[in-house]
Amino acid sequence: MGAVMGTFSSLQTKQRRPSKDKIEDELEMTMVCHRPEGLEQLEAQTNFTKRELQVLYRGFKNECPSGVVNEETFKQIYAQFFPHGDASTYAHYLFNAFDTTQTGSVKFEDFVTALSILLRGTVHEKLRWTFNLYDINKDGYINKEEMMDIVKAIYDMMGKYTYPVLKEDTPRQHVDVFFQKMDKNKDGIVTLDEFLESCQEDDNIVRSLQLFQNVM
Amino acid sequence: MAAGVATWLPFARAAAVGWLPLAQQPLPPAPGVKASRGDEVLVVNVSGRRFETWKNTLDRYPDTLLGSSEKEFFYDADSGEYFFDRDPDMFRHVLNFYRTGRLHCPRQECIQAFDEELAFYGLVPELVGDCCLEEYRDRKKENAERLAEDEEAEQAGDGPALPAGSSLRQRLWRAFENPHTSTAALVFYYVTGFFIAVSVIANVVETIPCRGPARRPPREQPCGDRFPTAFFCMDTACVLIFTGEYLLRLFAAPSRCRFLRSVMSLIDVVAILPYYIGLFVPKNDDVSGAFVTLRVFRVFRIFKFSRHSQGLRILGYTLKSCASELGFLLFSLTMAIIIFATVMFYAEKGTSKTNFTSIPAAFWYTIVTMTTLGYGDMVPSTIAGKIFGSICSLSGVLVIALPVPVIVSNFSRIYHQNQRADKRRAQQKVRLARIRLAKSGTTNAFLQYKQNGGLEDSSSGDGQALCIRNRSAFEQQHHHLLHCLEKTTCHEFTDELTFSEAMGAVSLGGRTSRSTSVSSQPVGPSSLLSSCCPRRAKRRAIRLANSTASVSRGSMQELDTLAGLRRSPVPQSRSSLNAKPHDSLDLNCDSRDFVAAIISIPTPPANTPDESQPSSPGGGGGGGGRASSTLRNSSVDTPCLLPETVKISSL
Repeated sequence: MGAVMGTFSSLQTKQRRPSKDKIEDELEMTMVCHRPEGLEQLEAQTNFTKRELQVLYRGFKNECPSGVVNEETFKQIYAQFFPHGDASTYAHYLFNAFDTTQTGSVKFEDFVTALSILLRGTVHEKLRWTFNLYDINKDGYINKEEMMDIVKAIYDMMGKYTYPVLKEDTPRQHVDVFFQKMDKNKDGIVTLDEFLESCQEDDNIVRSLQLFQNVM
Repeated sequence: MAAGVATWLPFARAAAVGWLPLAQQPLPPAPGVKASRGDEVLVVNVSGRRFETWKNTLDRYPDTLLGSSEKEFFYDADSGEYFFDRDPDMFRHVLNFYRTGRLHCPRQECIQAFDEELAFYGLVPELVGDCCLEEYRDRKKENAERLAEDEEAEQAGDGPALPAGSSLRQRLWRAFENPHTSTAALVFYYVTGFFIAVSVIANVVETIPCRGPARRPPREQPCGDRFPTAFFCMDTACVLIFTGEYLLRLFAAPSRCRFLRSVMSLIDVVAILPYYIGLFVPKNDDVSGAFVTLRVFRVFRIFKFSRHSQGLRILGYTLKSCASELGFLLFSLTMAIIIFATVMFYAEKGTSKTNFTSIPAAFWYTIVTMTTLGYGDMVPSTIAGKIFGSICSLSGVLVIALPVPVIVSNFSRIYHQNQRADKRRAQQKVRLARIRLAKSGTTNAFLQYKQNGGLEDSSSGDGQALCIRNRSAFEQQHHHLLHCLEKTTCHEFTDELTFSEAMGAVSLGGRTSRSTSVSSQPVGPSSLLSSCCPRRAKRRAIRLANSTASVSRGSMQELDTLAGLRRSPVPQSRSSLNAKPHDSLDLNCDSRDFVAAIISIPTPPANTPDESQPSSPGGGGGGGGRASSTLRNSSVDTPCLLPETVKISSL
């Protein structure tokens, strides 16, 4: 009887060991900390003033004390701005656009560089950034499938309760309209030049690009 | 919104650049935020202790006192700080919530004082962080229970009031369940208790041998046989009372089926049945054996005491809840008994005249030895038998002594845990619901804002300042962001109600009554569309309510919208909001051909995407039942293929 009890207890301790290792691994990962380059360098590289960089960094550090944002946190933050629907897909594409080095985490420099382009860049730079966002596989061309994914992600953010009611083929129609406008030579893909040309022709887009100027 | 999210708003707004090429309508202009002040340090003076923090920190939670404009009430212009006449120690925790996003509960403070501070600063207790939540809950519950006990002690005299006009049944049931409510119930309670005791004692006494009067030869017989009539009368009386009580309970029970199935009623039945069976069974020897067995069941009357004793009930409940542990104990004991009985049997097999005649016979020896009783009626005689016998007794101690404390501690742990788990589960649902409610506040904030007609051109003047409640810079920008998303997708955010109505309309072909929806959201969508799409002609279907309903229920607001589209003066403040954007609308509308056809049948809105304008307020008000027919304007560029619908009721 005692032998039976003994074997039972020893078996249990063996099972507990792997979980302890996992905890230690997790602890190690959270210890990784990243510090950005100096304030002057960032100021030189971006179009922000020192004060603006300070405000940005304070907010960034508060949310991500380790100095990097991973995709999960990114998605959570973005989801809070769009509580009606599901913002995770669009946040995923955004994250890939922010994460220029494809490391899986966004450091403060990447963050600030992208913001600098989006808020203080020229029209050309902004459009180029947008093209990069739409080009999911980063091959230099936008095809209909990529556009479909992006548009679907945007519509996902609207959620279920919209007016008028969202129909199944609404994203597809939207994509068709877009391609009609952008694809000059009707070859089914949009290149950077076509994109830039079409957008600059459209006054609305150019005007809207100025909208977010005073975000800071 | 959670901590720090406000600081990510610039990024979210910047990321909206990605929607621009897709937008089919021009995006609304950005709010003119006077955010050029940048970030400043605020001083909060709480009873003399100064706390300094960034303004942004406080702005993170706009629905609290410090995050909203409510703090302006506490602003002291002379000293330039916000003064609160509250406890500074508690304020530390409140401020830390803004800084870190987690609300911690101070361990040395009174829980009620903490609650009061939270209520003052506009923080919901559900915001207490997970690390401190359990303790907070426990302390609060303790407090509440203590207060409740005090209150109960005060009100000990008066019982719960019975609703007037309750039937005899309900009164009777209450009397049975709470004997303290009335004197009669109390008397009944004690009388039944007395008779249960009498019956049990009679059962016991009638088996005692009493020496009868001198008889030749003096025979000892149990008292029951000596005084059969006396005992029979007593038994009859008890059974009559029990039967009466059972029948009364059955009559008064609110749910008879449930009562019949309950444990107490089963005990009652088992207690009184033997008597009745005994009455009808003839007294012959064949059946008397069974009859005698039945009398054993009379002892179950003692369980009727559990109605009178709280402790018995608790014991029964804990036994029930520890059934698995007891089962395990029984199982391991059975295993051990079988093993040792087998061993002992084969060890003692060779001996002659041995008690260990079979393995089941050896069970008795094993049980007696393992529980260290050691009656000595069966003893092993071989050496092997003695060795195994001693091993049996030693392991018996282990097998029994080990699980029993575990079971005992399980009793108390499981018992308390069960109580607490149920309560926590119930609280968790409430807690999640409340958090969801708080979150939906932000979701609905945008819809509310739209309903209040806030999406007008910001330069339309002071008229709107009164209508739109004061919003922080963060809120303005966030709403602008959501507005941009709407424009990009040509769809609007709505709430569940309107959505379900819209679904209903689509499915039923527009025959549903639209009047409720029309009156609920007249200003928002229409003004939205008119202000945002002046240059692009979109198809608008004018969906109408049932004609009669709309006529009767046409609100002034709807009339406004209609009139506003035509720039005719309407005596309401809202029209000033509509005025400016509609100017641009009219300008652009002139270049199009708009024809409003009048059809008497309300057409399904989904199938009639069209653009039309009511011809004039007078004409438009010509009666209900107008729907515009489908019409296409060939010269119009219609990139937006989605049918936009404007709810305007023409009166």
